[in-house]
Amino acid sequence: MSDSTLVRALEERATTLRKHLLTMASGGRSIHLGGSSSIAEIMATLFFHALEVEGGDRPRDHFILSKGHAVHALHACLAELGKVDPSEFTTLARPGTRLAGHPSLKAPLVEFATGSLGHGLSVGIGIALAEQLDGLPSKTVVLMGDGELQEGSVWEAALCAPRFGLANLLAIVDRNGLQAAAHVDDLLPLEPLEEKWQSFRWNTRVIDGHDVRAILGALEQFPAREGPTVLIADTVKGKGFPSVEGRRRAHFTTLAEGEIEEALAALEAD
Amino acid sequence: MLGFECVFAQGGVLTEMAEKNPDLVVLSQDLGPLRPFAKRFPDRFFDVGISEANLIGVAAGLAHAGKLPFVLAMASFVSMRAFEQLRTDCGYNRNHIVILAPCSGLEAGHWGPTHHAVEDLALLRMIPGMTVLCPADPAETTRAVVAAAEVEGPVYVRIGYLLPIGGYTEEFEIGRAPVMREGSEVAIMATGASVAQAIAAHELLKKEGISARVLNMHTIKPIDREAIEAAAAEIGRILTVEEHFIDGGLGGAVAEVLAESGTGRLLRLGLRDEFVVDVAVYPEILKLAGLDAASIATAARSLVI
Repeated sequence: MSDSTLVRALEERATTLRKHLLTMASGGRSIHLGGSSSIAEIMATLFFHALEVEGGDRPRDHFILSKGHAVHALHACLAELGKVDPSEFTTLARPGTRLAGHPSLKAPLVEFATGSLGHGLSVGIGIALAEQLDGLPSKTVVLMGDGELQEGSVWEAALCAPRFGLANLLAIVDRNGLQAAAHVDDLLPLEPLEEKWQSFRWNTRVIDGHDVRAILGALEQFPAREGPTVLIADTVKGKGFPSVEGRRRAHFTTLAEGEIEEALAALEAD
Repeated sequence: MLGFECVFAQGGVLTEMAEKNPDLVVLSQDLGPLRPFAKRFPDRFFDVGISEANLIGVAAGLAHAGKLPFVLAMASFVSMRAFEQLRTDCGYNRNHIVILAPCSGLEAGHWGPTHHAVEDLALLRMIPGMTVLCPADPAETTRAVVAAAEVEGPVYVRIGYLLPIGGYTEEFEIGRAPVMREGSEVAIMATGASVAQAIAAHELLKKEGISARVLNMHTIKPIDREAIEAAAAEIGRILTVEEHFIDGGLGGAVAEVLAESGTGRLLRLGLRDEFVVDVAVYPEILKLAGLDAASIATAARSLVI
């Protein structure tokens, strides 16, 4: 597959993931739409190009969705992998559903149940350490939100990872700039964020998280020669859903009929 | 023997186990290298520094990827600062890690309430799938370590200031409380370091003609329901003893069994909703806290007479 064909295929996949989100957020169902849509290109690139997520009992690569509330993007990937049927999206929050509001071990291919923020990076360290010990070439990817970085445990983990090498560990920060209640910069600023990670001895890279070509380019640099890598991805919360894009409301919402039509038109135009 | 010493005395058995099991790794948090393990397997020993939340998260990740992590961590800090990691990353995600937690109960003595671990049993007991062990002497600690490697899910081994209990070599079976001394008038159920105090209390009571059964409640979860119900049926009067708040720990667990079975009279000996601010070095602090042999005998007497 040529570069531009791959890029186009992943862009289309991201659009398909957003269409699945649209289904999930329709019919009066409220979901964590904003943080799920902001990672669509990242998830498409990880699940349909960069990672070997299926490998029998033990996947060759590991993916931890530390910002567990973005589970809907993960469920959309599972549908595209044929692991769940899109018709299951309407079971969200219904008795007996496999598709809970945070990653659950009941859902297929979910490696680790998350939801409380600030857990994933330490778990990722443990997994990457095990793979490093066994001399396996597998990658471990931990996807976090920017608001999540306010958890102290993230910085315990950030301090720890380079101590053990772990070139096989990739942290991705979805810097969509919004947390539940406000803009991150207004509530508890994280900047200068790249410098923070650098001072913690991580390899760093800042990219446009909606630019598939940029994501691919960054992933090619991983694993680094030495030490763990963090990818700070600048994104827009609610990307692709015009009525909520970049707004606080995107965090947890349902979409009305008119909003769905508008979003569908915008996604089709992509 | 200090809890620290007792934990480090496990270096031998862990090294032996690691020879056979290449997935066994040891994690620590600024407690120093576990000898001889760290020397024999330097690439399988990790000190993550003073960071309990990260420590347990890393251990959970290692277990998830197929390793068997033994984690050395101070009881008061790991049980409270890393509680959510224990609950979510280990309990909910069903990861088999084994925590060896010294400095438990009142062992920290004059270091004061910041270092007393007197709520860990209640906390850990709440987590589905968690096994909570509290061995009574150094040799039993080794037997608990061996048993802990074989169970599923996370295991918390609470280790206090433990002295060898003479002649005690009973096989360690998780969830089964050995009878340390037979008796017919009162059943003293003790856990961890309190077992030795309870045996001393048994001797004091014997001199007064009071016959006390002493049980070693080395497993707090799953609790030995059968032994509790048997003591209630055969003796009726039960005294629990623990270096812990009386709520939620051993006393709480026994109370739950007795309340459901509707039998037995219970007195719980432990800390009564107050931090131990009048401190002393261990074991002197036990007198101040009312948990030494004489205090146990007094409580047992009050049940019998």
